[in-house]
This record gives sequence, C-alpha cells and structure tokens, in this order.
Amino acid sequence: MLMLQRVSKARVAGPAGALLRWSSTVRLTAESYPQVKRQDFCQITPQAVDFFKSVVGESAVVTDPDDLLFYNEDQMRKYRGQSSLCVKPKTTQQVSEIVKYCHEHKLALVPQGGNTGLVGGSVPVFDEIVLSLSGMNKIRSFDHTSGILKADAGLILENADNFLAEKGYIFPLDLGAKGSCHIGGNVAANAGGLRLLRYGSLHGSVLGLEVVLPDGTIYDSMNALRKDNTGYDLKQLFIGSEGTLGVITGVSILCPARPKAVNIAFLGLESYEAVQNTFKRARSELCEILSAFEFMDRQSQWQAKRFLKTLHPLAQDDPDVDVPEYPFYVLIETSGSCKEHDDAKLETFLESVMEDGTVADGVVSQDESQLKTLWTWREGISEASNMDGGVYKYDVSLPLPVMYDLIEVLRARLDEHGLRSISDASKPVVDVVGYGHIGDGNVHVNVVVREYNKTVEKCLEPYVYQWISDHHGSISAEHGLGFQKKNYIGYSKSEVEIALMKDIKSKFDPQGIMNPYKSSSAEANGSRFDLSASSYARSSTAMSSPLSRRLLKIKKKIPPIRIDAPTAPPTAPPMMAPLLDDLESERELESADADADDKLVDCVIYTTVVCFEPSLLTVDVSTVAVTVGDVDELELWELVVGVSVGVCVEDVDSCVELEELDVCVVCAVLNEDDDGIDDDEDGDSVLDDTLDQPVLEDTPELDQLSYASLSLSPYTV
Amino acid sequence: MSSKIRILLPVKRVIDAALKPRINKAQTGVESTGVKFSINPFDDIAVEEAIKIRNAHKDKVESIHAVSIGPSKAQDILRVALAKGADTSTLVDVKDQEVEPLQVSKILKKLQEKHNSNLIILGKQAIDDDSNQTGQMLAGILNWPQATNASKVKINEDNTVEVEREIDGGVEVVKASLPMIITTDLRLNEPKFVTLPKMMKAKKKPLEILTVEDLGITIEHRLQTCKLEDPPVRQGGAKVSSVDELVSKLKELNAI
Repeated sequence: MLMLQRVSKARVAGPAGALLRWSSTVRLTAESYPQVKRQDFCQITPQAVDFFKSVVGESAVVTDPDDLLFYNEDQMRKYRGQSSLCVKPKTTQQVSEIVKYCHEHKLALVPQGGNTGLVGGSVPVFDEIVLSLSGMNKIRSFDHTSGILKADAGLILENADNFLAEKGYIFPLDLGAKGSCHIGGNVAANAGGLRLLRYGSLHGSVLGLEVVLPDGTIYDSMNALRKDNTGYDLKQLFIGSEGTLGVITGVSILCPARPKAVNIAFLGLESYEAVQNTFKRARSELCEILSAFEFMDRQSQWQAKRFLKTLHPLAQDDPDVDVPEYPFYVLIETSGSCKEHDDAKLETFLESVMEDGTVADGVVSQDESQLKTLWTWREGISEASNMDGGVYKYDVSLPLPVMYDLIEVLRARLDEHGLRSISDASKPVVDVVGYGHIGDGNVHVNVVVREYNKTVEKCLEPYVYQWISDHHGSISAEHGLGFQKKNYIGYSKSEVEIALMKDIKSKFDPQGIMNPYKSSSAEANGSRFDLSASSYARSSTAMSSPLSRRLLKIKKKIPPIRIDAPTAPPTAPPMMAPLLDDLESERELESADADADDKLVDCVIYTTVVCFEPSLLTVDVSTVAVTVGDVDELELWELVVGVSVGVCVEDVDSCVELEELDVCVVCAVLNEDDDGIDDDEDGDSVLDDTLDQPVLEDTPELDQLSYASLSLSPYTV
Repeated sequence: MSSKIRILLPVKRVIDAALKPRINKAQTGVESTGVKFSINPFDDIAVEEAIKIRNAHKDKVESIHAVSIGPSKAQDILRVALAKGADTSTLVDVKDQEVEPLQVSKILKKLQEKHNSNLIILGKQAIDDDSNQTGQMLAGILNWPQATNASKVKINEDNTVEVEREIDGGVEVVKASLPMIITTDLRLNEPKFVTLPKMMKAKKKPLEILTVEDLGITIEHRLQTCKLEDPPVRQGGAKVSSVDELVSKLKELNAI
C-alpha cells in the first residue's frame, strides 16, 4: 500500500503536473511504462538547488522546463524523463561535491554525456537530477611518444579525434554519433563502434579513469600504466557500467598512430553466404590493413536512400534505380601506413572476389570526399531509420551463420501479425532493416516504425530476446542495457553473474542513487525473479510448444505450504513487465466504471511459468501455496514444475482482466460477488491466439493488502 | 575538319581536396609526404562531362584521351579517368618538378596536335596552386575559342557548342564552333563513383608514358615562390556584461 500511495502521489503532485507547459511530443517514460515505480528517493528542494548553484555557479544550473527538455529526452524520442534540474559542473571537485550532497540527501541522479545513448540509459525516468558532463570538455594532456591521451569525460569524441589527428594519432573508437557523444559516455557505455575490429574494445585501450563514486569519493587511476598487475583492475568495472557505479570524470586512453592511407570499398553481394565468404577472404587477404567490415541489407540502403536523397554508390549508371537489386552490401575499410602497399593489396583482393563471383559489383573511393560519402551510406542508416516516427533498435551479438536469420524471422513475424508495410501508412511498422559489424559478430536490427506502439513492442519483445538467447547471442552487444533492456539481462547472463553484479552495485551504491531504473543488475530488489529470468530464457523453446497450453489448464487442490512474506514487495519478474503494463493501462481505462463499484478486485496473482522440461510436464505437477499476510490460506494455484510466483494483493479500485502473454499468465482473483473476468477482449494483444485462456477457479476473499513472493528452483519435482 | 569530336582531357594529381594542407617548415611549399593525393576535383568534373557528352552523342564522339603531367604516381588518376570512360591516356612524366601553367599549356598543345583533338575540357583551376590560367593560355597558344567556368554544356548537331557560365547576377550563354576549350566550374555535374568492373577493364586500356623531352619541350621556371604563410588565426570573441562595457571595449579597439 505504501508503495502504491507513493506512486500515486508522485503522479499527481510530482513534476508531471508541469507537463502541460512542456512542448514535447514524446511520451513520458513513466506513462509509457507505468509498471516502473518511482523509488523512495527524496524530492529536490529549493535548498538543494541553492546548494548546487553555490557549487557550480548560477549559469551552470538549468531549471527552465523548456531548456530541460534537451536533457530529459533521448535522441530516439522514445523516452522522456521529468527532471526539473540539470547541473553542469566544470571540475571533478564540483562533481564530487554534487554527488556527495545527493548521497547525503538521498537524491537520485543520472550522469549524462552527449545524450546519444540508444537504450534510454542517459535520460531520467522520473525526477532524477541530470548531471551533465558537457562543461568538462578539456584535454588534460597528451604524450607524443606513448600516445596516451588524458582528457575530461565531457570531451566530444570528434574533437578528441581532430586533436589527435593533428598529432598523427587516432582515437581508438569511432561511431556514427561522434559529433555529439562524449568520451566519458563512450567509456560508461563501453561503446564498440566502427573500428573495434582493428583497435579492440575500450576494455583494452582505456588505461585509467577518474570516477566520482556514489558517496562523492574520487577514484583516480589516471596515471595508470599499460602494464600494472597489482591487485584488481578496478577501472574495468566502470567501463560499461552505464553510470550506475559512479560518474566518470576523466579518461586516460592509449591512442594508436593514425593510419596514413585509408581506402574504402563498397560492394554489392547476392547472398548472406557471400557476405560471410567475403569476410573470410578479407580477413586472410587484407589481413593487417583491414580496419572495418560492415554489412548492410538492401532494406537498410533503401531507408538510407530516402534519407540521403543522393545517388546510391552502386546505382551510378542508372539514376532511376533507387537501390540496386543486390540483397546485401558490404563496406570494407583498409587503413595502413603505405598507400601503394594497401592499394595493391586491396586491388588484388577485389579482383579475386569479383572474378570468382563472390562479389557482384562494387566501387572504391578515389578521394577523401568519396570516402566520406561511402561511409554515409552505412552511418546514415541509424538516422534514416528514425525518419518515419520511431525505431525499435536491437543491438545484438550472434554467431555469424545465424546472424541474418534474426532479421528474416522478425519480418516474417511482423507480417504474420499484419503489422508491416512499406507503403501502407496504416500499418505501424515500415520495415525491419539489418546492418552491422560483421567483423565483431554484431548486428543492428532496426524495426522502423511510424509510431511507438504497444502492439508492436509486444510482438517484438521478449520474442527477440528469447530468439537471441536460443541462438547463444547477446541481447546487447554495444549499446548497453539502459532502460530498454534492463529487464532482459537474464537472457544473456547467468544467475551467478547477475548476483555478483548486484553485490557490486550495492557495495558501491547502497542507496541506489546512481542512474536508477536502469540496467537491472543495478536494482536492489527482486533478485529471485532474475533467477526466473535466466531459467526462462533457457526454456524458451519449450515454451512455445503446444505443451505449454496444456500446462496452464492443470489444476489441483493441494495442502498449503507456509512461506513467510518477505519485507520487501516483489518486483515483477522481467518477462512479466509487459503484462503488468497491460494491467495498468487496463486499470486506467476501467477507472471510470470502477468509481461506481469500489473494490472489484481484492487480489491479483501474477503467475509466471518460468521453467520446465517437456518430459516432466506430463507426469509431475508440483504445487505452491502462498500465504499472504494474515490470511492463512489462499486458494492454491497449482503450478507446474519450476514456477516462480509473485503474489500481489492489492486493494485497488479497478477491474483486472484475465490476461496472458505468450508464456506468462496473470490470474485475477476476484471477489465472490463479481462475475470475474473482464470480458473486454478486443484488447491489443496480438498474441492472444497463441495460448488458451487459463481457467479461473473459485477464489477466496481477501482484504488484507500485503506482498509475498517466492520462487521455486527450476527442475524440482 | 571532320565532324567527329575528339576530346582531350587534361587531369592533374593534387593533394586531396578534403584534406587541410600544411605548410612545410621552410615555408616554401605545402607538405606532401604521407599525404593523400587525388584527381583535381574540377578535372574530375571535366572527365564526367566528357563521358556525359559521349553518352548523349554516341555517334559523334570519336575518342576521349586523358593526359596528366606529373610524377609517375599520376598514373593512378589516369586509371580513374580510363575507368570512367576515357579510351586512351598519356602521362607526361616530369618527376617531382613543378610545372607552371604556361609550360603545361605548351605540353598540352603538343598532345593536342598528336591526337588531333578538337575539344579540350579541363578544370577551371587546380586546387593546389589555384592559378586558373592553363585553359586560357592554351586557348591563346592554339588560338581557339574558349568558354571558361562552364556550368552547362550543350553540343549542337552542327558542331557548335553552347556553354552556360554563372556570372554575377545571372547566367551568360556563349556559343562557339569546334575546335574549342571548355573549363569546368563546380556545378557543371556531380562526378560518380567508379565501379570495380570498370576499374578492372581500365587496367587493359592504353597508358602511354612520355617525357617532356619526347615532346621537344624544356621546362623553365618563370615564377618564384617567395614564402607561404598560414592565414592569421581568428581571434576568439568575448562576452560583455553591459552596454557601457561594450562601448569602452569598442573604443579600446579603435572601432568607434
């Protein structure tokens, strides 16, 4: 109850009240994802604002709602926070003082770099203070001999690279957003980018960091050496921590010598197999000069064409053709120190792949401006995908042979549900495009949409994560977890790994003030449900079988097992998120009716079938009893082997629809005098037909509001 | 003169237009070691225009011959010209010597005579020395009509050529009969990429290498570069907090 009250207060009296003044079309994250509740942080007080002003000066504190929009909204226009305060410190000491104050006053904050993140990790969700590093943009030092660059975290990547270019060096990272992203943000997100193939990941090139820890302490390893095996390599923890362990304020990074000769070849290929063959050949024949190998499908080029509005590199002889018919395109970059050597090598390679038909057509850049133009056909896809209204981005690592299958599977799935059309504007999805870094086994799947839409989201998630997990991939190769993928970590990491991450987070940030609501390893509660997440991922193939339908119908009365209610309310298990989401929106819809007849629902049981083996299903049925608060016995919902149950009994004025989503089941337990299920089924779930409705049994009456949660280990019989 | 068109395409190898040139330590020229070289962008436009003319008048254009005067590495840009559609090419190898526009014009005249060209299309200037003289001097030596800074070229059936030039406040149209010289401006066309199959075919096209001696010319230098300097760095602006401060600052700078 406490939690619910807090939420509703935050909704009414919180910064959302100022909503009307804001001229943004992006939906508030808190509205789009009502299942995410504001945690128990303090509100920003005028004293706090005064304090920050005294630290950084009047001009570096932003409180104007219009100006704040820039810091509240992510670049994909998918997430919008409600922060009423942005602070822009200029020194590490100032950052430390700000963080210390937040620590002492339990104020949540979001460190923000260039705000170019793709998973909503850099924007607030509720009223977290935005700590923008844009004021810290100085180069501290550069060693001409070793190539070690030390700089403030807020330095823009392109500026860093331009500076290094003058000195004959190159920043070991390059990505599409280089004009606005900060190097500190790059490190925090462990960005991969276009040159990872050549220069490796930031885990290797970052030599040291300066980080303000969540209590204001400054961790400084800026003077680190290339070789230093004394104790744990702590800086690695912050690389990819997405601002949940501290605020990166300084970066020391090893920069390689800038290649003097760069060549680009842009090729058209007939099949995905040819792409793989070309990659194999490029690796062996171009060897040390190969610096990027990017692939793009025809659909992505079509999007880019609409965006760039120039002649496609391979449509030179026929200006009427938008994009030539080749289904795949590859961009190869070579960089080396001797142009003649590189040219000869590239030429020999291209001739051989052209002659044996691996490559159907291609162009090679003749000068610098052509080189840049060719890159735009790869780099522009990201922006082009966002043109129609929105984009669902999945940045995944997959084994090369199955990498492109994912895109085809998604297209088929969206077609099956009648959601995709390039020309028909009434369909929410324009197309699914695939491109990425073949060299790193990393594909970007962009679902180009005309609007952000729950039906599409439900159709895609968690299906896409499940598919990736089934094929031994990672659900986030280089974009991080952020807000978008925080609930899905279980698909890529084991329970042991997740538990360790949680321990680390609670050690660094016991109050959870650093970038809350992101990257689920950072969340304090709900660890048990994460267990179910990973189990769920493992069993996902079995779930889609017809067996799972039968499963849901099995019911049996069993003696109760008493389990003490834990003190903390259960956090929804990851795959339940879309369900809860539905419940919330359903409540909003029904709230008018509910006013007339209070207490339609006393108890909601969320059950989630998380893990089972088909062989066990037919014979063994284990049961779970839940004791809620002072109610001794609850009707027992009998659940299959390896079930995780979250029980949430609420005194909520609303009607809850019996819902299901793929393998998740939500059961509404209603009072006796109500006929039960809300029949309004014209709902939005496109997956309704995948499962039969579970059957509702008689239900007890519950007045007490409390929480309990339990989970059973997978595979127990 | 026959009614067929034989195009001569002089192209120059220059430091890539997208790179920022650096002045060498001795301040006598631009640093050229370890720097990327490409075809002069205006010459690239000239090549593109020649190909366009051929595509539009297949029966009229008899040959396209590309020529470059420069070091042996200038073969690279001749290959590009060949890949784009030139039939034959000549490199006049002058090693690393600077060749002044007048000398260039004399060499080109020899090549015009050799190939009996009646239309010469070249960039209005090379982006390295920005002389903007070769086309004009060549017209003078040959005593041909010239249409400089072309933004549109139209070949008529009677072998007259109409050329549009962008001038202050409008467009000027000039007309002449072949033989003539056209120098290209930026907006004449947009050069395209060369496809790999064409690049491969270009390797088999003829590339003749000559020296200036072969053409009976000796290179002489009539110009002397005294010194090269970077333009002065722009001073950063400053903020003032009041009108009074602004006025006093302006007075300080003798601006008012």
